[in-house]
Parts: sequence; C-alpha cells; structure tokens
Amino acid sequence: MLELRDVRCSIGKHEVIHGVSLRVEEGELICLLGANGAGKSTLFRTISGVVRPRSGEIIFRGEPIHRLGPDRIVRLGISLCPEGRKLFPRLSVKKNLMMGAYTRYRNRVEVKMSFQEVFELFPILEERLDQDAGTMSGGEQQMLAIARALMARPKLLMLDEPSLGLAPLVVKRIMETIQEINRRGVTILLSEQNAAMALSISHRGYVMENGKIVLEGSSQELMDNEEVKRAYLGA
Amino acid sequence: MKWIKEKLNFNLLVGLASLTLAALLPLLLQRTSGGKYNMIVLTYAMIWAVAACSLNLILGFTGQACLAHGALVGIGAYSMAIMVERVGINYWLAFPLTCLLTAFIGFLIGLPSFRTRGPYFAIVTLCFNVIVYATFENWTWLSGGLAGQSFEVPPVLASRTTKYYFVLAFLALTVVVVRQIIKSIVGASFLSILSNESLSEAVGISAFRNKLLSFTVSCFLAGMAGALFATVSGRVDYSITSFLHSFNILVYTLIGGVATIAGPVIGAVGLYYLLDRIKGFGEFRYVGFGVLLILIIIFFPRGLMGGINQLRDWVKEKRSTKVAPQGEVGS
Repeated sequence: MLELRDVRCSIGKHEVIHGVSLRVEEGELICLLGANGAGKSTLFRTISGVVRPRSGEIIFRGEPIHRLGPDRIVRLGISLCPEGRKLFPRLSVKKNLMMGAYTRYRNRVEVKMSFQEVFELFPILEERLDQDAGTMSGGEQQMLAIARALMARPKLLMLDEPSLGLAPLVVKRIMETIQEINRRGVTILLSEQNAAMALSISHRGYVMENGKIVLEGSSQELMDNEEVKRAYLGA
Repeated sequence: MKWIKEKLNFNLLVGLASLTLAALLPLLLQRTSGGKYNMIVLTYAMIWAVAACSLNLILGFTGQACLAHGALVGIGAYSMAIMVERVGINYWLAFPLTCLLTAFIGFLIGLPSFRTRGPYFAIVTLCFNVIVYATFENWTWLSGGLAGQSFEVPPVLASRTTKYYFVLAFLALTVVVVRQIIKSIVGASFLSILSNESLSEAVGISAFRNKLLSFTVSCFLAGMAGALFATVSGRVDYSITSFLHSFNILVYTLIGGVATIAGPVIGAVGLYYLLDRIKGFGEFRYVGFGVLLILIIIFFPRGLMGGINQLRDWVKEKRSTKVAPQGEVGS
C-alpha cells in the first residue's frame, strides 16, 4: 500500500533521514519504534507532504506522492495525527473535527457518517462538541486529534506518538481504540517510544535509530530480540 | 452549549440595538447645531469601519498582515469615479464592478506573495501600497493630480442623510457577511491557518488557497469602502491611496479589537470621530495615537472588544463553581 524507497530528508542543512525504505501492506498495523530524535516525526511529516524529501520515492497505492502537497495527499487517503496532540485550541471540538473533514466537506452525508463513526469510537467527544478544544484534558485532546485525522476517511492513518505524556490508563484505552480502528479496515502506521505497548498491538515493526531503519520484523520477533529488549523494553 | 446560545443571542441583541441607535441618530443630530457636520464625520467614520472590517478578515481571522488597505480603498474610490465620470458606466453597475476589480487586484497580489510564509506578505503589500501611491501621484492623467477626479453621485444619494443611511446599510452588510464567513467551515479554515499554519496543512487544508480566498474577499470589501468613499466625498484625489490610511485602518482594527466582529467597527467609528474632535492639534494627534496603540498592545492585546470579552469570561468564571482547565495545550 505504502512504500518508501531510500528516502532522504534534510532540515535546513542537516540531513536527518538517511535513506529509509519501508513497506506497509493494506490492513496492517505497523509500529515504528525509536528514541527521541530518531527521525520518526520527520519521516511522518515527509510522507504527509509537509516536508519534501531530498531524494528517494514514496509510492502510495501505485502512485508516487513525494512531490504532492499535503492537501493532495490527504485527499488520496493518508491522514496524519501529529505528535503532541496538536489541535486548534480556540476552535470548538466540532470545528476541529470539521477541519479534519475539510477535504470533503461538501459531501454532507459522508461527513455526517464520519461524525457518527468517530462518536462510536470516542463517545466523550459527542458530549464536548461545543467546548473549545484547548480546554479539554490531555487524553481527550489526543482522542480528538485521532478523531480529526479519521474525519478525512483515511486509508492509511499515521499516528505520531499518541501515548506521549498521557496516564497509563488513558494510553491503554487509546491503544485499544487504535486496534479497533485497524479492525475496521484502516491501515495504521504508529510511531512510539512506548515499545512494549506498541508491539503488543501491532503486526510488524521497524526500529529507527539516527535517521535509519536498523531492524525490522514481526512484532513477536522484535519483542524477543535481545537488542530491542535491552534498548526499548528495559529488560 | 446553553451559554453559547445565550451569548449569541446577547451579541445579536447588542448588534441590533446599535444598528437601531445608528439609524435613529440622524433624527437627533438634525436638531443640534453642529449636527450636520457630525453626520458627515460619522459617515466617513463608517466607511473606514467597512475598511477595518475588511482588514480584520485577512489580519484578524487569517493572520496575514496586509499593509495595503489604504491603496485598495484608494483603488476602489478611483475605479468608481473613473468608471462613472470618464467611461460613463451607470453608478449602480460601476459599484459592483469596482468591488470585483479590487478583489481581482487583491487576487493578483496574493498569487505570488502567499507562496511564502511569515512576514513576506506584509512586506509585499507595503511595497504595493508605496507603488500605488507613487503611481497615482505621478500619473496625473489617471488620478487628476491634486485637483483629483470629481464625481457626481446619482440624485438619490445627493443629500447628507441618504448618504449616511447608504453607508450604514453597507456597514451592516459588511458586518453580517464577515460574521457569516467566520461561522462557516471556510471561516474555520481561516482560523485554523491563524492558529497553526503547518498543522492546517497537515490536516489537508491548503493554506495557500484559503489565504488567497480570504484576501480576495477582504479586497472586495475594501473596494466597496472605496466606492463608498467616492460616493460620499464626490471627489477623489491621490492622497486617498496613501499608506497613512493603511496604518490608520490597521490602528482602528488593532485598538477596536482584532479578530472580533464588533471591534473594527467600534475602533474605526470611535477613533475617527475622536481624531476629528481634536483636529486643533493637527499632526500631533498621531503622537497620542501611537501612545494609545502601545498601551492597548501591552494591556489589551486583543483590543477593546478583546478586553471586554476577557472581562466577561472572567466574571463568568468567578460566578461558576465548575472551573474548566485553562491554557492552550498543544498549540
């Protein structure tokens, strides 16, 4: 479904992604592990078109997308839920969700259906519909950020560290919901520092270090890998 | 949910009340000695209020500082006068044509300058204003130089009173249009660009296209203000395109309350009237202007209306027992 071939990116003069290649197949839940500064967020921003790669190719469903602008890529079916639950704090929950559906807001019936789907996954959002997004708790904000990404009806959903700074119980709920979204047919690429949690729900995983993929395999293999155990699982 | 509805109704009531007051004011003014003069001042003030509302759309709600509104109003005024007097187009046809022309010019400015982010748009528009001013100053065949271009309005609009109501009607229309835009999904996308441009891009909102749209609409309204100016003054000279007007409009908007619906109207009408009252001080008035601006920016960064809203929220918070978590997490 998504394929990256030797993608390199720079921020300013510094190259931060040194030739990453990876594949995501339809229906998979893939996790991308790595410490702070490994380049996970930059990679996500590159796939979603906010950052242009310096070289390499990104193919989505047979189509090269690395030269397209972010709004075109959202239209094609890739949605990014950015790191640190970035919302529009002064807009209401409803407006935030509508912004997520911005690429197809003319299709009212579909947008209404998306609202229903999102409320099924996150009932709390329906209660908070008219509240300003910035006044919600961290967990609720993360739910809203995921919900907003879903409003675009993505085929591939990229979640950038959804567990960051949240209480363990909330993280557990969010991970379950991510699994549920995947079961409903959305392919997911999940970046995480919380490796144990991410590996427990994903099918396959990649490990990223200093802008390179250093390891890949099924989640079980990665969980059993000594290197991963030492560096990410704290065993 | 409930209090939002109450607030909406409250705002609507205040709006209708001020409209009624403004509509009744001429009846009162006609009875006083300086009334006729004051009515003209207020008419001009309302024209600048239209311009300030138009600036507010691009500056306040989309976050792009346009420093060319003086030039845009001037282009509107000249386009109106030239179309009617030299080309011979009917007044009522020239009016919408003027708005469209100004909107188109705005579109052309936006096309290259919105490709960039940050302060470039402000620089481009400022340069544009300087160019327009220099052009109108030197091309006397176009501008009529110091004498300007005279302009005859249709007989319906000849009297002071009808001019007052004419401008008032357009001001009300402008306020309603801006409000409707902001409440719509397109308006929300403007606000999202204001709030976080790269995030809106990541969500799938084309910042370029929406900024361009916002600016084009803003220019349409600025052209309207220009057409109204030509109508009321009956003569247009090149001084109208000066960047001093751009700064005045900016200050009206900032002091009244950027990103509020009523702020630009209150700022423009209040300040224009005030400046006229203290005309005796000549250019020194603008020193006071500067001091006022600095004070407002320090103490009420969102202007007069923003300050009032803050106060209202504060009172509400004091009253309610439930305290919602504050702050802009993740902005």
